[in-house]
Amino acid sequence: MESRIVEHPILDFPERTRVPFFWHGRELWGHEDEPIAAALHAAGIKVLHHSLKSGRPRGFFCAIGNCSSCLVVVDGVPNVRACTEKLRPGMRVERQDGVGPAPSLRR
Amino acid sequence: MIAVLIAELAVVGAGPAGVSGALEAASHGVRVALVDRGDRTGGQLLKQTHKFFGWHRKSAGTRGILIARQFEGEVRSDPNVTFLSGTEALGYYDDGVLLLESPGGIDRLHCDRLLVATGASERMLVFPGNDLPGVYGAGAVQTLMNVHGVRPGRSVLMIGSGNIGLIVSYQLAQAGVEVAAVVEALPAIGGYAVHASKIRRLGIPILTRHTIKEAYGKDQVEGAVIWELDGKWVGIPGTERDLDVDVVCLATGLTPLAEILWQAGAEIKYIPELGGFVPLYNQDMETTAKGVFVAGDVAGIEEASTAMAAGRLAGLCAARSLGKVADGEFKDLHESISTELAELRAGPTGEKILKGLAQIWSGTEVGA
Repeated sequence: MESRIVEHPILDFPERTRVPFFWHGRELWGHEDEPIAAALHAAGIKVLHHSLKSGRPRGFFCAIGNCSSCLVVVDGVPNVRACTEKLRPGMRVERQDGVGPAPSLRR
Repeated sequence: MIAVLIAELAVVGAGPAGVSGALEAASHGVRVALVDRGDRTGGQLLKQTHKFFGWHRKSAGTRGILIARQFEGEVRSDPNVTFLSGTEALGYYDDGVLLLESPGGIDRLHCDRLLVATGASERMLVFPGNDLPGVYGAGAVQTLMNVHGVRPGRSVLMIGSGNIGLIVSYQLAQAGVEVAAVVEALPAIGGYAVHASKIRRLGIPILTRHTIKEAYGKDQVEGAVIWELDGKWVGIPGTERDLDVDVVCLATGLTPLAEILWQAGAEIKYIPELGGFVPLYNQDMETTAKGVFVAGDVAGIEEASTAMAAGRLAGLCAARSLGKVADGEFKDLHESISTELAELRAGPTGEKILKGLAQIWSGTEVGA
């Protein structure tokens, strides 16, 4: 089933601008300004992070930036909360393993 | 560059308590900075599509999303309130500085008083597989589905039959998601009968004295096993049932989000009736950290109508402590809001809250 809600008895979900972004190099489309996690979830991607010690899969949990379960690497910068960070066109998003890569000092 | 902002009152959290507190203080001429990490005012109300079970004289019968919209209008049109959206409060320091982070960077907000209305976070439940992607808090499911318009999955096991568990089950059905079952460890349904009936009419079973045994799956939830509990809360072997679900939703209660109060040095006490660790505060909603007020779920888990009233009380008292409210007016308003709160807390749910609050008052009266 398509996971985007189109018709709802109470809520309206108006058309929003669709923007491309990259998940491990693969082009996906999401809605501008929605959280990265919403766009990934809609694309069927639930595993966002692997835990530090045992490497267990982690995903979205609290959705409001409290729990650190959804940390991803965005444009080379680790520890970005996928549930609160807004999707921007062309973003390169990757699953984070543990603490993730050290960000480059040269931007 | 670090910008320096100035306000008489800083309010952290633009949910029902924070907005009510900000508007109340502003109505007495206090210059308020209202801070929220989200884009809009309303907090949890932004995802509440159901009609509000509030107080008959207030917002009962109104959908949460509409109350949130009304807040937005009032906040935006109030010349005394500055709404800093997309902004997180990182810490509060003795010299009255609230440190803020936004996409623009780090800012310092100098404030004479602080109202903390940060709300609550979801409680976790211990079971094998509880860390798998697909195990979500009820708030997260609501955010994903009602704010962002994305279904959390195909089929859901709901844990907890309090009002949140029942309402979110109904919302899932409205969004076209199957709810396989609602399990409740207690012998009786926790929430209102009206909500329970609504979801039963949809054919969703509510299984009391049942809980989750495990969630399983390789990389994400592929199924869950539930079982019946005996009188000592232990699972009964042989009663296991395997459910074909890809989401396990936890509606097992909330706990106050009090980090900034710990950091600010307010005295905190463990009071189970109020949801866990809560700040001690007096009848004027002021904590033991001078000039730091609280309202809403962070001061004890209740619901939105009490949060709005307590927010107004905290806003009033903060304004008073800034010298903005005359004695007579203060006394009248304090009394009328306190009466409203007492009325809201009348009834069986209120009993537990009042028991918790009694521990708060007794903790702060000493030396106050």
